[in-house]
Amino acid sequence: MTPAAYKSIPLRLALYALMAVFGVVFLLPFLFMLSSSLKTNDGIFADFASIRAVLPVGALTGENYLHAFARGNIGHYLANSLLITGVTVLMGMVVNSLAAFALARLEWRGKQTALTLLVIALVVPFEAISVPLMILVAKLPGVALGADGLTMTRSWLDTLYVQIVPFVANAFSIFLFYQFFRDIPKDFDEAAYIDGATPLQVYRHVIVPSSLPVFATVAILQSLTMWNQYLWPLITVPGEAARPLMIGMEQFFGARKTAWGEVMAYASLITVPVLIAFIVLQRWFVRSVVGSGVKG
Amino acid sequence: MPASVELRNVRKSYGAAEIIKGVSLRVAPGEFVVLVGPSGCGKSTLLRMIAGLEAISAGELRFDDVVVNDWDPARRRVGMVFQSYALYPHMTVEQNVGFALKLAKIPATERAARVDSALGVLQLTQLRHHKPSQLSGGQRQRVAIGRAIVRNPNVFLFDEPLSNLDATLRGQMRMEIARLHQRLMNTVIYVTHDQVEAMTLADRIVVLEDGVVRQIGTPMELYDAPANLFVASFIGTPTMGLFDARVTAQGLAIGTGDTETVRLPAHCAAVPAGTDLTLGIRPEHCTVSPVEGASLRGTIVMLERLGADTFAFLEVPGARDLVPVRLSAQTDGVVTGQKVGLEFDVGKAHVFDQTGMALPR
Repeated sequence: MTPAAYKSIPLRLALYALMAVFGVVFLLPFLFMLSSSLKTNDGIFADFASIRAVLPVGALTGENYLHAFARGNIGHYLANSLLITGVTVLMGMVVNSLAAFALARLEWRGKQTALTLLVIALVVPFEAISVPLMILVAKLPGVALGADGLTMTRSWLDTLYVQIVPFVANAFSIFLFYQFFRDIPKDFDEAAYIDGATPLQVYRHVIVPSSLPVFATVAILQSLTMWNQYLWPLITVPGEAARPLMIGMEQFFGARKTAWGEVMAYASLITVPVLIAFIVLQRWFVRSVVGSGVKG
Repeated sequence: MPASVELRNVRKSYGAAEIIKGVSLRVAPGEFVVLVGPSGCGKSTLLRMIAGLEAISAGELRFDDVVVNDWDPARRRVGMVFQSYALYPHMTVEQNVGFALKLAKIPATERAARVDSALGVLQLTQLRHHKPSQLSGGQRQRVAIGRAIVRNPNVFLFDEPLSNLDATLRGQMRMEIARLHQRLMNTVIYVTHDQVEAMTLADRIVVLEDGVVRQIGTPMELYDAPANLFVASFIGTPTMGLFDARVTAQGLAIGTGDTETVRLPAHCAAVPAGTDLTLGIRPEHCTVSPVEGASLRGTIVMLERLGADTFAFLEVPGARDLVPVRLSAQTDGVVTGQKVGLEFDVGKAHVFDQTGMALPR
């Protein structure tokens, strides 16, 4: 649309109306979840056919949350999910940005091949490699911290790190970093080399501070991916100790199928941290997505 | 300590393409040498090879008679000012200037003193807490220079540092760079495609064409005695007027057909008749005259009034391009489209053979 078109008032009104419709479509399920989490089962069904379904009105209660915590073991699963997501994202930012730095800013033999492999890795869906990967980690010797201290185990299955290590290196994150780093003028690196910097110092002092938007983007995208992991923990984490929230919710939902208020409370607890993270990082995220041509 | 820089038959190739084709040059300590040439002649590549940013394919680079081909940029202790300034956007002026000292783990007190000194020299003290985005082009350029001088480098390298500035600022910065060199007396190697910059700043100029050195000399040597046609036409604004000519029994016939003849310059007396040559004449050695009785005639197609000087550009049969003539102060009677005679002092003319080399005087 041309800038002139934006100046036409009827067109602008139509545009706002359309955006409002989209906003409502996306917002309604979220409001329904939040308001239902504060209602009893009877309250939910009584309001179901009216606008009250998405509003926090009527007899509101916090009991659903108490039950979710008491019966759903949500505190433990929440800690697991936070740990898995936090560690993966932090390690991923370092590993993936360094890989992208090597691809975008350094000259080395085999770089083009590595780039080609990266693009190939981008188009392979995780579902296609999940079973072979599961067989691999099932046979990898690992370590466990128990009552007897640190012991060797025969497998990575049912651990926290099986949910972290395979996801630290991420082709999509590398690609995002690569695209951003590639567009930073090479003169900066060369000026730093003249100033006496090593490649690692160029990365640390020149590239990273110039790339905060892409770090925010990768943090959000990788957090969402990790937070929403379902298939992988389902096949690699049968026990409760290392279980993340998503699998916990599935179990909770299976056990308490008719307790809709509690299910909604559980779902709200899963959604809110992601929402907070997005709101905090939104400014950077939008800037980077616009800049890098990433589809949201 | 300013260092000497010596290039011995230095070459640079990218695959089969040779960009620098055997350059040899010795720059004395404290000397200001300008590499000049048209875009793509390899001058920036040569500078980057001296800086250590490009590998040298063959030949030797010596600093103070020590071969430094394999030294990384930091070890060569060069200070470089980039065309784009390359200031770190997230750092303040102070941090930009002090970054090299921080990397070198210079103690904070000494670092602060050296940064203060550099900022003082360049009149940047007031702007020390500004980010590059808050600075004008000239201020950014000064910060880039400050970043180079704070390390007390052996050699200063400038890669077209003024090309992003407007004409007025370019003139001011040119003067600042000249004054800074007089004050610090560092060895400077300066790349530009602007021959005015080269003429005004250099102790010596190196003219490059297509990866080859065409001539090395002081600005006036290059102006007064160009070694070849390329240097003759590259140095000087406006450029030298060039004529195709042939030696005849009567003198030097301008053009190849039914044309005018001028006296043969003394240093061409030994050239046999029938030889094709190129005659070059600077604008200040030409005058316009009435058409009647003139040995060469032309039409004024353009007048360039620069204030102190006015240049007339003449279309002359036998000339390769328009012939510039510097007019005396009295230009009131001269108009475009006017037919005039062209006179010049043959003794001041430059003559080049068919290979483009100047005939020795």
